Amino acid sequence: MSDDNAGTGTVGAPSAGGHLEEPHALHDVRAAAMRPVVDTPRWWWPTVGVLAAVVVLGVVAWAVQVADGLGVAGYNNQGFWAVYEADLVAFIGVSYGGAVVSAILRLTRAAWRAPLTRIAEATALVTLPIGMLFIIPHLGSPWRIWELVWPPDWNLSSPILWDFFAVSTYLLATAVFFYLPLIPDLAIARRLLGPGQTGVRARALRRAYKVLGGRWDGTPPQRRLLQGAIGLVAIMIIPMAVSVHSVLSFAFASSSRAGYAETIFPVYFVVAALYTGVALVVISVAACRRLWHLERFINPRHFVRLGLVMVAFGAAYIYLTFTEYLVDGYSGTIDSAAWVRQVLVGRYWIPFWFYFVAAGVIPIAIMAFRRTRTSTGVVVASGLVLVAMWVKRLVIVIPPATEPLVHTPLASGGVLTGNWGSYHFTWVPIAITVAATAAIPLLLLILFRFVPILPIGEMEEIALEEAEPTMATGIGAVGAGAGLATAIPGSSFAMGTSLRDVTDEEGSW
Amino acid sequence: MSKERRVGGPIQQDPQDGAAARDDAGSGPVPVTMGRRNLLRGAALGALGLAAAGAVGAMVDSSPSSATTTEPTKPAHQWAMVIDLRYCNGCKLCTAACQNAHFLHQDQTWIDVFTMQNAAGESYAMPRPCMMCEDPPCVPVCPVGANIRTAEGLTLVDQNRCVGTRICMNSCPYQARYFNFSAPRPAPRQPFPQEPAWPVPQVEGTVGKCVFCAAMLPSGKLPECMANCPMGVLYLGDLETDVAVNGLGNTVKLSTFLADNDAVKFKESYGTHPRVFYIQGHGQDLEADAASA
Repeated sequence: MSDDNAGTGTVGAPSAGGHLEEPHALHDVRAAAMRPVVDTPRWWWPTVGVLAAVVVLGVVAWAVQVADGLGVAGYNNQGFWAVYEADLVAFIGVSYGGAVVSAILRLTRAAWRAPLTRIAEATALVTLPIGMLFIIPHLGSPWRIWELVWPPDWNLSSPILWDFFAVSTYLLATAVFFYLPLIPDLAIARRLLGPGQTGVRARALRRAYKVLGGRWDGTPPQRRLLQGAIGLVAIMIIPMAVSVHSVLSFAFASSSRAGYAETIFPVYFVVAALYTGVALVVISVAACRRLWHLERFINPRHFVRLGLVMVAFGAAYIYLTFTEYLVDGYSGTIDSAAWVRQVLVGRYWIPFWFYFVAAGVIPIAIMAFRRTRTSTGVVVASGLVLVAMWVKRLVIVIPPATEPLVHTPLASGGVLTGNWGSYHFTWVPIAITVAATAAIPLLLLILFRFVPILPIGEMEEIALEEAEPTMATGIGAVGAGAGLATAIPGSSFAMGTSLRDVTDEEGSW
Repeated sequence: MSKERRVGGPIQQDPQDGAAARDDAGSGPVPVTMGRRNLLRGAALGALGLAAAGAVGAMVDSSPSSATTTEPTKPAHQWAMVIDLRYCNGCKLCTAACQNAHFLHQDQTWIDVFTMQNAAGESYAMPRPCMMCEDPPCVPVCPVGANIRTAEGLTLVDQNRCVGTRICMNSCPYQARYFNFSAPRPAPRQPFPQEPAWPVPQVEGTVGKCVFCAAMLPSGKLPECMANCPMGVLYLGDLETDVAVNGLGNTVKLSTFLADNDAVKFKESYGTHPRVFYIQGHGQDLEADAASA
């Protein structure tokens, strides 16, 4: 996010021209995809420096917490779960955007997704480990974290261990899902960094591409195998994604506290994750588009479509929120009624209604009206969703943890007593949360120094299918990416007509 | 679900098959030449292995053989507590005695005294120690098995194992678990080693709770809260020998005492089967009786 305003328009001149060895027809996608790898714009190092400094500050805050105990983070016995648990849920949640854009939209054959997939998958790949890292400040004794990865110490009846298994499996799947569509691109990228590019970095990159890209040369059997593998992982990653947040919610829902003990929680958490995941993809795509001049490939229609996907999840989330509070408030047991009252009109009313307006009403309103249904509107809505849904996670986590549990009189007919606890923010969790947020653009900036920002292979494949459906099977064993160009000479890129031409800001979707 | 499912103590079964399968799935970077199909198959096998290990573990856990590590097959005691609210005046000396003995911070009220109100509008004091549930919700949720239920029915915390996820604080319906959010109060040399039965001094970054002063019970000493209750509210009970005794030296037959006084358990509807029994009352009248007697 911070890289969005970190300097625009200062991107270096497109120097790729002289170095790239491909026929002109495929120049556009390939040059644009490789620009972040090849060029170092002037803003790059300062931005990375600032973001890294913020991350270091977060690590310092964590060191202070390790030295002084969790108390410095505002935690107490009647407020034992708060920011880190909300962060854990929120950061793992935003990684769902990759699964949505790449898996769901791939399986539904939405061809427009193609230019977005790499950015979405990369965002998922960096946010998931960041989210997982929140287990470290969450723990009271992080120096014993090895017990969580050491099988003899496992207690398999614990929801926290289920979390651990689910999230690590999902991380593996996300990494595979990032890597598989990358294979053709690595082969293409190796060729694009042709003899014109000398220097240690280019040589090292070429070697890395060669190792990671394997023996890909785009033969039909290879393509079939890769397509099959991607399809398989796309199918597998959806239940995995569902399981991750479901299981994450069990850590809360497996208690007897009003507000945690909710059967709706698994669905609730999954939908929230999908909602924020798409929102982060929007922000991420908008920033990449601006910084690396991808306007020719990513146009306002992409944002509007993502925005519509997002508010669909948002509407579902509002619905789930409504049912949760209605049923709990209506049934009116002492605990659940007290909790609902605290959230809706009690001490937590400000964050709750902030969520309702900023992540409920406004995004839907923005997408409802044609005048606001623009790329800017979608980006604004996404930013609001990310902030407000983080606040909503706090509203989910904190109130039940501060509940008084010793209040029910032993005999019936008594009066509800018991004091609510409280959680007070300190600079430590705020610094750690800000650092984790800064780590997302930081890791993305670094990642796109090494991998093409657009899925070249996938975009060309789709362009090819759209141009000549019969050609797709007719490609012989041709050399790396160049094969496509020779197979469709002068196609000038069928993708041009399908993906590139729409640059009208009106965004008639 | 057996009530005694965790009796075997903290030692977890070793899920060998799960571990081996996991190694397959997660061995280093993805080798390029290796078939991805194999990799996926390995991951799937790993997941299956873990599930199998979990199921087997759950079954093994409830088998009686795991309960016979150090304890005799039939333990000599089943500890319980009776809290006679008719006599409690809310002086909180029990809390103070507990915190002194275990070197706890002010907010670590392992036995806390809550002010409640009955239907008549009278307020009464209600001490709340750990309920030593027969089916404790805090025990199974710990990812590292740091919670122990001993053969004598005490739920203890192994503070040398606890990683501090605080999920047990979440699952306890009695708010009876307390975390060490800062360095513990320094304690002098103790008569017992630092162990789950005598967690003194506390360990920073871990959870602590009432242990019924488990280390003192074998030598026939009452827990600190009971020994220091001037009103004789708190009784240590033993379900095995069916006796209970308080700090004033009153000894009663436990089952008769509970039945005669209509003893109740706190939040019994949660299915936790507490071993702390409350005799209802609100102090005032009987306090006067006791003074005049």
